[in-house]
Amino acid sequence: MAPMQSHQSDRSPVATRPLLEVRNISCNYELERAVFDLSLTVNRGEQVCLLGPSGCGKTTVLRAIAGFHPVLTGGIFINDQQVSAVDVMVPPEARRVGMVFQDHALFPHLSVQNNIASGLHQVSARDRKEAVADMLERMGLTRHAKRYPHELSGGQQQRVALARALAPRPLLLLMDEPFSNLDQELRERMGQEVSDMLKENDITCVMVTHDQNDAFALGDKVGVMEDGAIVQWDTPYNLYHRPQNHFVADFIGSGVFLEGALYSVNGVTTALGDLSSETALDWIVGSQVEVLIRPDDVIYDPQGPVKAQVIRRAFKGAEIMYTLRTSSQITLLALFPSHTNFEIGDEVSVRLEVDHLVVFPKGSIPE
Amino acid sequence: MNARVSSTLKFIPSMGLSGATRVSGWMLGSLLLALLALMPVGAVVFFAIDSSGDIWGHLVRTSLFSYVSNTFWLLLGVGVSVFLTGVSTAWLVTMCRFPGRRVFEWLLLFPLAIPAYVIAYAYTDFLEYAGPVQGLLRTLFGWQSAREYFFPEIRSLGGAMVFMGLVLYPYVYLLARSAFLEQSVNVLEVSRVLGRGPWRTFSTVSLPAARPAIVVGVSLALMETLNDYGTVDFFAVYTMTAGLVDVWLGMGSLAGGAQIATTMLVFVILLITLERISRRHQKVYQQSSSRFRPLPAYTLSGPRAGLAVTICALPVLAGFVIPVLVLGRLAIVYFEESWTPAFRTYAFNSFALSASAALLALLVALFIAYSRRLHGGRVLALATRIASLGYAVPGAVLAVGILVPFAAFDNTLDALLREYVGVSSGLLLSGTVAAILFAYIVRFLAVALGQVETSLEKVSPSMDMAARTLGYRAGQALVRYHLPLIRGGMLTAVMIVFVDCMKELPATLLLRPFNFETLATHVYQFASDEMLGEAALGSLTIVLVGLVPVVLLSRMISRSRLILGDPAR
Repeated sequence: MAPMQSHQSDRSPVATRPLLEVRNISCNYELERAVFDLSLTVNRGEQVCLLGPSGCGKTTVLRAIAGFHPVLTGGIFINDQQVSAVDVMVPPEARRVGMVFQDHALFPHLSVQNNIASGLHQVSARDRKEAVADMLERMGLTRHAKRYPHELSGGQQQRVALARALAPRPLLLLMDEPFSNLDQELRERMGQEVSDMLKENDITCVMVTHDQNDAFALGDKVGVMEDGAIVQWDTPYNLYHRPQNHFVADFIGSGVFLEGALYSVNGVTTALGDLSSETALDWIVGSQVEVLIRPDDVIYDPQGPVKAQVIRRAFKGAEIMYTLRTSSQITLLALFPSHTNFEIGDEVSVRLEVDHLVVFPKGSIPE
Repeated sequence: MNARVSSTLKFIPSMGLSGATRVSGWMLGSLLLALLALMPVGAVVFFAIDSSGDIWGHLVRTSLFSYVSNTFWLLLGVGVSVFLTGVSTAWLVTMCRFPGRRVFEWLLLFPLAIPAYVIAYAYTDFLEYAGPVQGLLRTLFGWQSAREYFFPEIRSLGGAMVFMGLVLYPYVYLLARSAFLEQSVNVLEVSRVLGRGPWRTFSTVSLPAARPAIVVGVSLALMETLNDYGTVDFFAVYTMTAGLVDVWLGMGSLAGGAQIATTMLVFVILLITLERISRRHQKVYQQSSSRFRPLPAYTLSGPRAGLAVTICALPVLAGFVIPVLVLGRLAIVYFEESWTPAFRTYAFNSFALSASAALLALLVALFIAYSRRLHGGRVLALATRIASLGYAVPGAVLAVGILVPFAAFDNTLDALLREYVGVSSGLLLSGTVAAILFAYIVRFLAVALGQVETSLEKVSPSMDMAARTLGYRAGQALVRYHLPLIRGGMLTAVMIVFVDCMKELPATLLLRPFNFETLATHVYQFASDEMLGEAALGSLTIVLVGLVPVVLLSRMISRSRLILGDPAR
């Protein structure tokens, strides 16, 4: 669970020093504790995400890294240099971080090229010109160099913001909900585009977002935050399939919890049949547990053992999300391909096919 | 699912953008500026308590009671007058439809351009025994002397109430108007559906909901009343301000002046408290929705429309058109005598002094507002509050509070220099325009600060963070990115402070160096010598300059439905 250890154990033992190290920091926000004893480590060239609901403290962490927020305990190290501690506060302009914001924060009175040049005030005019031209080229903005921010589309503004942050070659790029202002389609495209660009240029990046799709598109590693702490630091795949607690299971993806009891070290009996886990479960046989059933664990099968009635349907294009109720009054979410066109009230047969059994002891659901 | 999380941690938008955690130069500077702004008030109270009690005893036995009662009656009269005029006109132009409504909506602001002492001079000329009105009456009715008919005495307490009311009602009008506009249309409609007629809806729904805004407007108007010296001096109404000046200059007792000033501070504190409490209520009552919905209007026609037009036209005619015509005629008649090199010097003094004060006030306001943006926190919020209290302190009180410490400083410095260096520094602060500049800044800082803060709030905090992460220090970010973005607000701030300084009389009169005149003091001097004709050109100039921000405000009103905020900031 402690992100630092779990993270380092994934890495090769070669002693490459991490680029960013956040060690046990706590922060207050308006006199209330917003971040508790939080640690994380990011290696050079790695892209990580902090994911969580609004008010979980993720933005405070980002602001602390950038140097806009003091820490009450612990410390922050960028490139092995201590930048924040209880009595250390390197100002933001001396940290060599770049930042991209939700509202892009482009300077409205400056043209695109002057926006991009604004971080290059310490280099010679010639180098500046070259760097700006290079950035414009790389971001596909050359044609818009002389335009002003209000004349650009949302996606173009986003690219200018990114170009401006990257032009001074920061050690670390920080992004605060960078895609929230874009519409859904553009958002996915930009997510992919930015991810590719960061990877190609080997840019180390920390992003915070409340949107799991954004996080999954960009993060090699994602830290899910709740109440000022990282509750799970993992790959997107594991967050979805191996959530370590109820909060993560609930926050990532959708699904329902099914009551059951352990009948063996890796088997659970539920009202909808027996399910087995690849690995041994931690509780003694006979314990009451809850099993997470994802919509994609529920398979449409005319011969399936479980009969259920459609009580709600939501069309999603390629798929339809059905809400089903079994004869034993258990509610399930099921994601079927679109050609299964059931109406509300229809009877369907399903079976459960759970590859990664996610089990929690009963009563741990926060209600 | 998320509700639990978000309820445990309050989400409050940005607090500080400094990056520097604790005390910085910005913060220390702001605290120092706030202390400087507070100094005059502190000095008044300290000096009043510290001085010998003889004068105080004498004052209490002789004139203090009449000063206080005159002030009380003047405040009461002006309060009732601005309330009636301001609320009735505001209600008519927002809730009713009648010919000329849209024009009246902005014309009703125009009297704001005229300082109270100027309207007093204009009407005295217009209505006195030798003036055109009484002359016309005598010709019409064949009267030969003043004994044959009754005409009210213009230069009296009653006159002061009427004329001050005429130029101060726009404060109430502006605030009441926006309060009426912001009232929920639904609430008004519910009231009508529940069977209340227009009048009952007004008295039981609209008026109570607008009450906090109206009280704010009235208290601002009363602060101006308390500040007035020109009118009460000319009309020989011995209010506390007039008494203060009389005791100070006439009886030569600065200590007595300080003691009267301290008594005045009681009135000031009462008015500030009234204003602050009402502003808090105003925030609750006036929750402007972002959706535009025109208010349901009562369409007036026939005699009712005529009455509405009359009610709106009267304050504009009496408070602006007539005095400007009177002054204009006088200025033309007496142009040869008025347009002298001396006049041009006074005009230059006024412009230079007001422009310097406006720029300095802007710099101070920028410094304090930006520090607050950088650091957030309660200490700086309090400092901002303190720094902007000057608008409520009458100019005469400020003058006492500035002269005392400045003179002490000058004397100390002079004594030290004489003793150790053998030269005299003279009156470095108290005898120069520095004292006037300081008074102007303290008194009008609130206007500049309000403007700058409002404009800065519109700049997204992420703009600051972007600039800082791009490698600029806080001060560099201010100059490169904030200033260009808040140009408009800065211009408005400078302009309003400039005009307020041009009109300011009591502090200028009391603090000016020997033989130094501005337009305001020049007008005052001539009026005191009963030479209203020679004073007219100066008065008219002040009015025309004062018209600039009023026209600006009018344009804002005619463009947008809502004008938020208040005229004092």
